[in-house]
Amino acid sequence: MSLWTIVLRSLRQHALSTVITAFSIALAGGLLMAVWVVKTEAQRNFSQVNAGFDAVLGPRSSKLQLVLNSIFHMEASPGLLSPKDVDDIRKHPAVQHAIPIAVGDNYYGYRIVGTLTNMLTDVEYTPGKRYRFQAGRVFDPALREAVVGSFVAQKLGLKVGGTFQPFHGLNFDPKSQHQETYVVVGVLEPSNTPTDRVIWIPVTGVQLMGGHDAALSSQVSAVLIKLRGGAQTGFRLDTMYNKQGDRLTFAWPIDTVMTQLFDKIGWFDKILALVAYLVALVAAGSILASIYNSMNERRRDIAILRALGARRGTIFGTIVLESATIATLGMVAAFVVYAAIVGTAAAIIRSQTGVELNAMAFHPVMIWATGGMIALGALAGVVPAWKAYRTPVAENLVPVS
Amino acid sequence: MALLEINGLKKTFIAPDGARQMVVDVPSFQLEARQQVALAGQSGSGKTTFLNLIAGILAPDSGSIRLDGREMSALGEAERDRVRALSIGYIFQTFNLLHGFTVLENVLLGMTFGPGADRAFAESLLKRVGLEDRLHHRPRQLSTGQQQRVAVARALANRPKLVLADEPTGNLDFRNATEALRLVREACSENGAALLLVSHDREVLGQFETQLDLAQINRAAQTEVASAALRPTAEPQRGSAHLGTGGVS
Ligand SMILES: Nc1ncnc2c1ncn2[C@@H]1O[C@H](COP(=O)(O)OP(=O)(O)O)[C@@H](O)[C@H]1O
Ligand SMILES: [Mg+2]
Repeated sequence: MSLWTIVLRSLRQHALSTVITAFSIALAGGLLMAVWVVKTEAQRNFSQVNAGFDAVLGPRSSKLQLVLNSIFHMEASPGLLSPKDVDDIRKHPAVQHAIPIAVGDNYYGYRIVGTLTNMLTDVEYTPGKRYRFQAGRVFDPALREAVVGSFVAQKLGLKVGGTFQPFHGLNFDPKSQHQETYVVVGVLEPSNTPTDRVIWIPVTGVQLMGGHDAALSSQVSAVLIKLRGGAQTGFRLDTMYNKQGDRLTFAWPIDTVMTQLFDKIGWFDKILALVAYLVALVAAGSILASIYNSMNERRRDIAILRALGARRGTIFGTIVLESATIATLGMVAAFVVYAAIVGTAAAIIRSQTGVELNAMAFHPVMIWATGGMIALGALAGVVPAWKAYRTPVAENLVPVS
Repeated sequence: MALLEINGLKKTFIAPDGARQMVVDVPSFQLEARQQVALAGQSGSGKTTFLNLIAGILAPDSGSIRLDGREMSALGEAERDRVRALSIGYIFQTFNLLHGFTVLENVLLGMTFGPGADRAFAESLLKRVGLEDRLHHRPRQLSTGQQQRVAVARALANRPKLVLADEPTGNLDFRNATEALRLVREACSENGAALLLVSHDREVLGQFETQLDLAQINRAAQTEVASAALRPTAEPQRGSAHLGTGGVS
């Protein structure tokens, strides 16, 4: 028989309020950890995604829009680049790869991106990793062939040998289907990058798709660039296109552009974190209130324990231990809440962007949120514990009638 | 040296009307080790207050309580708690069992704050009071008489030198009361504990060799009796004749 037993008995005697207050702790703790992990994981993963390129060259626009459109395959395309501009950058001595992409069509909402074969065969999307085919091969640039990202293949059930007719525009509209039919010749393995959500076809395919303006048929949406040499070359091109020129935008380096995005939406996770902190405070307050409210019925038990020789400090300790235990139970359940939120968030982010967050990765927030919530729980117990500490013995030993 | 030595013990309460009311005024009282003494006193004569003072649950206004040679008022509160846990067993009129705990746990709890839980001894005590088949019952699942026996076992759990019993038979019928009293007395003598029992029921007290009227040792009770019985003039004098002897010795 230890203090533990006394605490556990009390928790059981007040089972309903134990469960409810522990649940509110679970929500607060789970939310807090989830907000934190989704934020940091998203930031880390998104700023790492560059599809293997250093920069994007496109028409004059915001760098962010350019990156979102050509690396993440999101948002509208800011415009078109002339063949001469493409040629210039391809021939620039500082450029290792310059791969044009052309957008403008979709298939059931998934983007169709025109490009060159070496995008899929030569580019290392992360150092040492090239795209791999789980089935088939790369398209023939002269034919109406397509290579499908793993996520699209799974969602739309596209297989090698299957055919489809693209829809016009970046957003799905059933009324605007093209006449051309494409054959799927390859399906990529998952790369956990935005590429998984793309249908790749030859760049000429997009340019020459029926209904597209013939006058623009040699233009592309952007050029993805891998530089030779270090920051120096990027810096020079940055000056050349962005400062000296005013027709084009050179988005470099890509991860800095993405970091700026997170700076822009930083207020959002600050608000979420604030909400989580408030929920934590409310949860701690509910522990305080529930124990405090039960003090009347506990008074007799406390007096009996004192009469048996328990010290004031011991009584104080059992109450603090009790509220810390509620917080601990809550934090155990918080990991279920956490897993549910992060799992859902990761699934949504993956389907929207193709970027995979590691939902179950260990993160230091789990330690400090758990420790913090338990400490907060113990702190909440101090108020009723103080009341228990001061409970007079003699007058509470008489029966409550 | 007596186990319990009380001198000049005084305790007043503030009555609801604001007046200071003297409840305990014991010039001298002693109890030897293993001695069993019954104190009789009518309701409101300060019996419970007297026992609470001895147990250190209440602090006296003045006076001295020495238990086993230790001056209680010289001890800090935590030390008094410790002495209470180790040396005093208390049987309450209302038993004061913890309803969230089983019979066995009630006994073990008393040990927790004293020398530590000794399950075998707790079980043997409960067996002694005839509850060996009720170890895991809750107090509410027991009859009043059975609850009283749990209280007896709990009071003896830490092998105390002194057992205080506050109207231990107050809630029992006569047959049960007689039986319970026999049990308390036997259990105390088997465990080498002195017993100080208070009750308003003189009939129950008949068993004790040493019986005292509380009014004999508590002047506060006596004055109350005195003022209530002012008309039969000679009556209160009898108690004060014994006062000088200081109760039991
Ligand atoms: N906490 C208290 N505050 C004020 N008066 C009290 C308090 N406790 C007891 N009394 C008074 O002291 C007197 C003795 O009480 P008590 O010791 O309980 O008597 P008994 O146990 O002999 O019936 C009673 O008149 C009671 O009203
Ligand atoms: Mg009483």
